Amino acid sequence: MNSQPSTLVVKNLCKDIGKKNIIKNISFELKEGEVFGFLGPNGSGKTTTVRMLVGLIKPTSGEVYIYGHNLQQEFIQAIDHIGVIVENPELYPYLSGWENLEQFARMVPRIEQARLLEVVDLVGLQNRIHDTVKTYSLGMRQRLGIAQALLGNPKVLILDEPTNGLDPGGIREMREFIRTLAERDNISILVSSHLLSEIQLMCDRVAIISKGQIITVDSVEHLLAEKERVWWKLDPMSIGKTIVSEKMKIVAEHEDVLISHYDGESIANINEKLVHAGVNVHGIEIKLPTLEDLFIELTGGETID
Amino acid sequence: MINLVHNELIKLVRKKRLYVVIAILAVLVCLFTYAQMKQVESMQERLGTLDWRTELQQEITNTQNRLNSSGISDEWRGYLQIQVSQQEYYLEQDINPSAPGAPTFMRVFIENAIDLVLPLLVVVVVADLVSSESSAGTIKMLLTRPVKRWRILLSKFLTMVFSVSFIVLSMGVLSYVISGAVFGYSGWSLPILTGFAVEGEELVTTNVRLIEQWEYILMELGLSWFVGITVGAITLMLSVLMRSTAAVMGVMLAALISGAILSNMVSSWETAKYFFMVNLRVTNYISGMGAPIEGMTLGFSLMVLTVWGLVALLVAFITFTRKDVY
Repeated sequence: MNSQPSTLVVKNLCKDIGKKNIIKNISFELKEGEVFGFLGPNGSGKTTTVRMLVGLIKPTSGEVYIYGHNLQQEFIQAIDHIGVIVENPELYPYLSGWENLEQFARMVPRIEQARLLEVVDLVGLQNRIHDTVKTYSLGMRQRLGIAQALLGNPKVLILDEPTNGLDPGGIREMREFIRTLAERDNISILVSSHLLSEIQLMCDRVAIISKGQIITVDSVEHLLAEKERVWWKLDPMSIGKTIVSEKMKIVAEHEDVLISHYDGESIANINEKLVHAGVNVHGIEIKLPTLEDLFIELTGGETID
Repeated sequence: MINLVHNELIKLVRKKRLYVVIAILAVLVCLFTYAQMKQVESMQERLGTLDWRTELQQEITNTQNRLNSSGISDEWRGYLQIQVSQQEYYLEQDINPSAPGAPTFMRVFIENAIDLVLPLLVVVVVADLVSSESSAGTIKMLLTRPVKRWRILLSKFLTMVFSVSFIVLSMGVLSYVISGAVFGYSGWSLPILTGFAVEGEELVTTNVRLIEQWEYILMELGLSWFVGITVGAITLMLSVLMRSTAAVMGVMLAALISGAILSNMVSSWETAKYFFMVNLRVTNYISGMGAPIEGMTLGFSLMVLTVWGLVALLVAFITFTRKDVY
C-alpha cells in the first residue's frame, strides 16, 4: 500500500479563527486506491479540515496538494480531481435529481450526457431520477450526492459523514459501495466520521483527530493489533483485581469484567494465583480492542458518540 | 459563462419568483386602471364635460386655492407651485398632458412605480440569489467545482441584470396591454413636453422641447432599468453578506421606504442627497417635477446611483471570492 503514489498531500495545515487555533498543524497523505478514515468526536475539527481540503475555507497556514497541484495557487487544476460531499449533500429541492446533476455537469465542460446516465446507474437511482428532490428520502439524497461527487471522474473522493442519517441497510450499502470504488476504480477516498465502527469496517488507514490535532495516523489493523487486551471475569472482583494488577496494568473495570493489558506470558501464572486465593475464574479472554476503546485511551477519555 | 448563467436561469424560473413578480404587477395595473377609470368618471360627472382644458383649468384652480391656505409646508408649496406653472404651460401650448390611452397610462404608471414598486419587485427576485444558496448549503456544491468564485458571482450578476430587464419589460407590456383594454391602445405619438428645469421655485421653460410620447416612454423605461440595476446591485451585495433572505429583504425594504419618506422631508438636510434611495425618482427630472433637495440634477442622481451600484458590486465580489464558507 505504501508504495502507491500519493494523491492528496496535506502539509502543516492550520486555521485560526480570531485568536483560537481551530486546527493545529495537521499533515497526512492519501495513497491511490485507499480508504482513509478521519475519526474524531463532534467539534474536533473534522469538517473544518475537510472544508479546507476543498477550498471552502482558506487555511491560515499550510498547504494542500492534489496530484501535485497546490490548492491555493492552482485551484482549478487541483479541485478538478476531487469529488466531495461536505456534511449533508445539499441539492436543489425544487429540481429533479436529473436536473440537479445537469446543473453540476454544466459547470464542467468535459462532462457529457453519457456520464450522467452512468453515475445514475452506479448509485441505482434510475427509477426516481426524474422526481423532484424534495420527494426523496435521506438515503436517496445521499446517493444523489454521491452521484454528483462522481460526475467528474474524480481521483480523490472526500466524504464528510457519508452515513449520517442512513438506516443500517443503507450504511452497509454505502460501506460496500465505498470499498468497491476504492478497489475497482483505484480512487482514494477520505471518509470522515465520528462513528468508530464504521471507520473500522471500511478504512485501510485512519487518522485520529481530537481538538484540532492529529493524535495518530496508522493502519487500522496495526493500530488494533498492538493493543490486545485481556478480559477477566472474576468473582469476587476486588481480590481478583489486586492479584491481576500485580503483574498487568488494569485498563478498565466494569461490573463483572476487568480489562488489562496483555504482555503475552503471565496469564497462566496469574490464573494459578487467582485459584489459590479462592477467586472463581469464570473466563479469561484475549480480545482485540475496538477503535472505540483505543480512542478513549488515546484522547484521555474524551467523549465520543 | 453561458452555462453558468443557464444554470442560474433554470433556478430562477423553477423557484417561480418571476411568476410572483408578474402576478403582482398584473394585479397592481388592474387596480390602477380601475382607479383611473373611476376618476375619469367622477370628473366627468362633476364638470359635465370631457374637455381636457376645462379639466386642467379646474385642477390649476384647485391647486392655487390650496397654495393660498396657510397650513401647508414650504416643501409642498414649492412642489405645487412648480406643478401649477407646468400645467399652465401645457395649457398655453394647447397640449393635453394626460390624454387618455394606454401609452399615457403606461407613462404615468412607470413614473409612479420607479421609486418603490419597481425596486421592491427587483428586491423580491434578487434577494435570494446568493443568500438562498448559503442558507440551504448548496453554495458548497457550487464552490467545489473547477470554476473560479468570481465567475460564479458574475453569473449571478448577469442573472440579476436579466431579471431587472425582464421586470422592466413586463412592467411596460402589462401596463400597456391591461390598461389598453379600458382606455384604448392608441396615443403613442401624442406630444409630450420635456426639458423643464427648476431653479428655486421657478419653472424655467427655455429648454422645453416637444417629443412624442413613445420617445418619452422609452426614456422612462431606460431610467427605470438603470434604477433597477442599481437596486439590484445593492441587493446582490446584501445577499452575499447575509445568509438570510428575509434579512436581505428587510434591510432593502427599510431603505426603500425610508427613501420614499425622506424625499418628502429632507429639503433642508442637504447631505441626504448622497443616499441612493432619495435619488430613485429620476423620471421627475425629465417631466420637470423638481428634486427633493436643491442642487440635485439628472446627472447628479445618475452619478450617485452609479457610485452606489459600483461600490456594492465591488464589496460583493471581494467578499464572495474571499469568504470562508461554513
